[in-house]
Amino acid sequence: MAAYRSAAGFQRVLHAVKTFDKILIANRGEIACRVIKTCKKMGIKTVAVHSDVDSSAVHVKMADEAVCVGPAPTNKSYLNMDAIMNAIKQTGAQAVHPGYGFLSENKEFAKRLAAEGVSFIGPDTHAIQAMGDKIESKLIAKAAKVNTIPGYDGVVKDAEEAVKIAGEIGYPVMIKASAGGGGKGMRIAWNDEETREGFRFSSQEAASSFGDDRLLIEKFIDNPRHIEIQVLADKHGNALWLNERECSIQRRNQKVVEEAPSTFLDPDTRRAMGEQAVSLAKAVKYSSAGTVEFLVDSKKNFYFLEMNTRLQVEHPITECITGLDLVQQMIRIAMGYKLQHKQSDIPINGWAIESRVYAEDPYKSFGLPSIGRLSQYQEPLDLHNVRVDSGIEEGSDISIYYDPMISKLVTYGKTREEALKKMEEALDNYVIRGVTHNIPLLREIIVHPRFVSGDISTKFLPEVYPDGFKGHMLTAGERRELLATAAALYVAAQLRSQKFLGDLRVSVVPAESRQWELCVELDKGLHMLGVSRSGNNYTVEIDGEKVEVSGEWNLASALLPLTINGKHRTLQCLLRTAAGEITLQYLGTSFKLRVLSKLAASLSKHMPEKVPEDTSSILRSPMPGSVVAVSVKPGDNVAEGQEICVIEAMKMQNSMTAAKAAKVKSVHCKAGDTVGEGDLLVELE
Amino acid sequence: VCTFLRVIPYAGALTRSKVLQNARCYSVSHLSVQERIEQKRKAALTGGGQLRIAAQHKRGKLTARERLELLLDPDSFVEYDMFVEHRCSDFGMEADHNKYPGDSVVTGQGRINGRLVYVFSQDFTVFGGSLSGAHAQKICKIMDQAMMVGAPVIGLNDSGGARIQEGVESLAGYADIFLRNVMASGVVPQISLIMGPCAGGAVYSPALTDFTFMVKDTSYLFITGPDVVKSVTNEDVTQEELGGAKTHTTVSGVAHRAFENDIDALLNLRNFFNFLPLSNKDPAPVTECHDPRDRLVPGLDTIVPFESTKAYDMLDIVHGIVDEREFFEIMPNYAKNIVVGFARMNGRTVGIVGNQPKVASGCLDINSSVKGARFVRFCDAFNIPIITFVDVPGFLPGTAQEYGGIIRHGAKLLYAFAEATVPKITVITRKAYGGAYDVMSSKHLRGDVNYAWPSAEVAVMGAKGAVQIIFRGKENQAEAEAEYVEKFANPFPAAVRGFVDDIIQPSTTRKRICRDLEVLASKKQTNPWKKHANIPL
Repeated sequence: MAAYRSAAGFQRVLHAVKTFDKILIANRGEIACRVIKTCKKMGIKTVAVHSDVDSSAVHVKMADEAVCVGPAPTNKSYLNMDAIMNAIKQTGAQAVHPGYGFLSENKEFAKRLAAEGVSFIGPDTHAIQAMGDKIESKLIAKAAKVNTIPGYDGVVKDAEEAVKIAGEIGYPVMIKASAGGGGKGMRIAWNDEETREGFRFSSQEAASSFGDDRLLIEKFIDNPRHIEIQVLADKHGNALWLNERECSIQRRNQKVVEEAPSTFLDPDTRRAMGEQAVSLAKAVKYSSAGTVEFLVDSKKNFYFLEMNTRLQVEHPITECITGLDLVQQMIRIAMGYKLQHKQSDIPINGWAIESRVYAEDPYKSFGLPSIGRLSQYQEPLDLHNVRVDSGIEEGSDISIYYDPMISKLVTYGKTREEALKKMEEALDNYVIRGVTHNIPLLREIIVHPRFVSGDISTKFLPEVYPDGFKGHMLTAGERRELLATAAALYVAAQLRSQKFLGDLRVSVVPAESRQWELCVELDKGLHMLGVSRSGNNYTVEIDGEKVEVSGEWNLASALLPLTINGKHRTLQCLLRTAAGEITLQYLGTSFKLRVLSKLAASLSKHMPEKVPEDTSSILRSPMPGSVVAVSVKPGDNVAEGQEICVIEAMKMQNSMTAAKAAKVKSVHCKAGDTVGEGDLLVELE
Repeated sequence: VCTFLRVIPYAGALTRSKVLQNARCYSVSHLSVQERIEQKRKAALTGGGQLRIAAQHKRGKLTARERLELLLDPDSFVEYDMFVEHRCSDFGMEADHNKYPGDSVVTGQGRINGRLVYVFSQDFTVFGGSLSGAHAQKICKIMDQAMMVGAPVIGLNDSGGARIQEGVESLAGYADIFLRNVMASGVVPQISLIMGPCAGGAVYSPALTDFTFMVKDTSYLFITGPDVVKSVTNEDVTQEELGGAKTHTTVSGVAHRAFENDIDALLNLRNFFNFLPLSNKDPAPVTECHDPRDRLVPGLDTIVPFESTKAYDMLDIVHGIVDEREFFEIMPNYAKNIVVGFARMNGRTVGIVGNQPKVASGCLDINSSVKGARFVRFCDAFNIPIITFVDVPGFLPGTAQEYGGIIRHGAKLLYAFAEATVPKITVITRKAYGGAYDVMSSKHLRGDVNYAWPSAEVAVMGAKGAVQIIFRGKENQAEAEAEYVEKFANPFPAAVRGFVDDIIQPSTTRKRICRDLEVLASKKQTNPWKKHANIPL
């Protein structure tokens, strides 16, 4: 049953049943790669589609054939049905796997495929339509005796009507896109004003993400858990539930860390949820893999949220604990085969955790997108029980056009504790350079006492980090470990810089110092260190405490597998300059240190202070994206917190506000501009 | 315009009473020689005295001796001429309290990571670091010896200018230094680090050296200061705008790099020094290397964008290929359409030259040609192999360039590459168009190993322009363009003629270059005897 845990893919030879000869994957990135992997195992030829900027992407290289379907913007390529239909004709693909997102829940697409006699690897049009519309799905769920959330079962016309309905349901309310999913076009409102604002943002986001700006409103369940049930149904009326996935750790309604099973469910609740999920699937004659999402309150009451009629991002954790390959099951079902398993065959074996590794800055609202080129990239695949689903490689670009997800890092263990330990190790051994990533946040979440004890809800992040995420807080002991490592690196680099090979003129090789006196700066704190070295073992004395650092590493290696005072730690050196600056990634967070000789440190006091830029009067783009709207013009007076402009990146709209009350001095952007991270938007007086 | 006059008053314009506070009495004749030696040494070590040292620190600057301590290995400094005093007897300069042992400069030799270097460090606390005859003589002495033994010279400049009281003696001193700068050029590396004012005639010594570095906010280089500028041209300009680090590293191209402060600059200089050979008789240094020489760089296979008009960052290629991504870029903020600097390949110092598609499409213009040419000549003079990455659409057209003499300046880069006899390895990553193809270390200019990536296009010009000429007036230009692209926008035309030695997978570039450098280490090539060549200046 361990088949789907291995990182390298799937060890078990899949049943050689006749399915399709050739499948087109109408997606990109990790999910396209994921689907291709199973196809290869099943002996099915694959066709990738790609935009022009993706022409050398991993999924294109993996597939047997590839067709370019248009330029970078998704609506011209991955959402371009005409081009994809042409690609199907051109390559003779018999079936299409849509992955998630893009056209995966698009009933039009499913219809067009059906009209051409091409199989859609997913549910049929009826189920997509019924479940894709949140209003309709709720009615069906009610009829199928699935617990639902109180709310208004209709389309909301405008902001004022939204306020009126919100008043009737009672605050807090959730405004969300009828066609939505994945947290896009979703806002929570606690009062009338927020309802109006939320309505505006949600409808814009819904329009740009789904081309459908219809919204609905429902009661917002405060402090719930987000637990979903994976279902699998065939075309013969059989359906199974494959246990739950706990997806409560979210930021802005997007999942960050998921696990299966949930620490919260007891067998009875699990069965009740599973049975309701199956009864909903049967009610819409569902076939293929699907996910029924529930909100679960602290009393284990659960409410139907929505059904995702596609393969879910976090499906690997279900594969880990059940041993099933969901993509293989989807392909079999699409071919018309009956389910291979009975409900009693579905186990919960061990525990699986998934961390979504994103190219984003976790210090800004738990994650604002970042872009860039992966200058170095190394997945922790040499660790056992680690699976990495990714669609990128060293040299890939994370662009503004697509989702900033780098990979899904999945670890598995016999117990939750084991899986979590493995996750720590995997995150420490994951080398990502060139883009800002969220490993600092992921690494903190998985060791947080509340998370470890299973005491979580969808509000976990704002509750645990009310003032925003600030990175790992060092204990005194950890601080010493970090300082000692920096000192060891510095000494190693200094010693190497004296080693010239074959240069006969370096007659005076300075005798290696036995003892180094160094001053290390960390967070404005200065520490005097004494370092002595013997081979690869460094003894560092800090404030009377001794720290022993050893390990097999060199100055070129991306990972520093160290033994510090007997404990195994993997650090990464992100930067080392001639002027003594050393940036280390330690326990997920990167720390900036400066190591100076005692002499240089004593002279540092004479160095002039550089005056940093006054940031309160300057508004810079916190991320790359495009300007949707500019709400001010030069000469306007703005209040603190007033919206100045709106930046859209990766389909999320972000409101930029004034840091102080002031007059607008100059505006450096206009609607439609593309801006980079740190670009000047507006100057205040 | 008063080129050789001091233009900034040195900070030594202290009142007499202040000087008296620091007074030293050397005239006491009954002291034993031993005691006098001790006393002079002590005096020399305090330079202009505690007050002026405090003033120097207050300006955010270190003293001449503190700088040397940071620059050199501990206890390696051997000082020369500590007892030299100025010889001026006019304007009261002959008075004992106006004599400072060692005068306004500290000179000697020492070690940087064990390797010999000659140094001088001007002492701003003594007469504002102004240049007296004695000061110049001290510098000349170490330069002469540096040339004889074959070791680099590093100058730490912090001087108000000429010692006005000495008049022509001071001017003669400058000229003596200039002459030695010229004689040493191409014999030993010469580096100037500007750590305070450097004005008037003084600027020509750094200008003659191989590299000029500056310290941000505390150093200035100009022929004449803001006051003279105001009186002559009526321009209002600050010292910083006229000759600060930013000006010279971005606008004028006078300085090669700027650092945050004295400590940052000196630590970086130590690092930089490790790239250089000691003299033109020494090979490029090889340091211990942990980065595998046969490391593949998978990211390079996808770095050149699909569309040939789209930019990418040449630095990504450089960082990927060199040891440990360490690249000491020279002039990073000037003429950014060409990238030059030092790196190591399997531990051995190499000079990197690359067109930068990210800036002005990587075209060659006046500034980039001059920047590239000077760097290439340095490498050639000091046995540093040159690795050239080519993605050049041609020379920049336009009146500004033609009137500015792009023909003359472009010829410098051509000349430098052609003349160079060090190992030359060239990688054409994408475009190599027109005359610029020839210039960029092509096979025809004695390139030793010339590679093309599969994305290379070696042609006279881009398809569009070529088709407009070949098929002028013809209909169906698009078809002709496609034919041209098919024929020429690929590496084959150059490869079938042997103008590139191989078409290589980008990810293998590091491995190939490391291997080639080992082979080429014993390369011997000489140019015909000549008094000196005549580069089109």
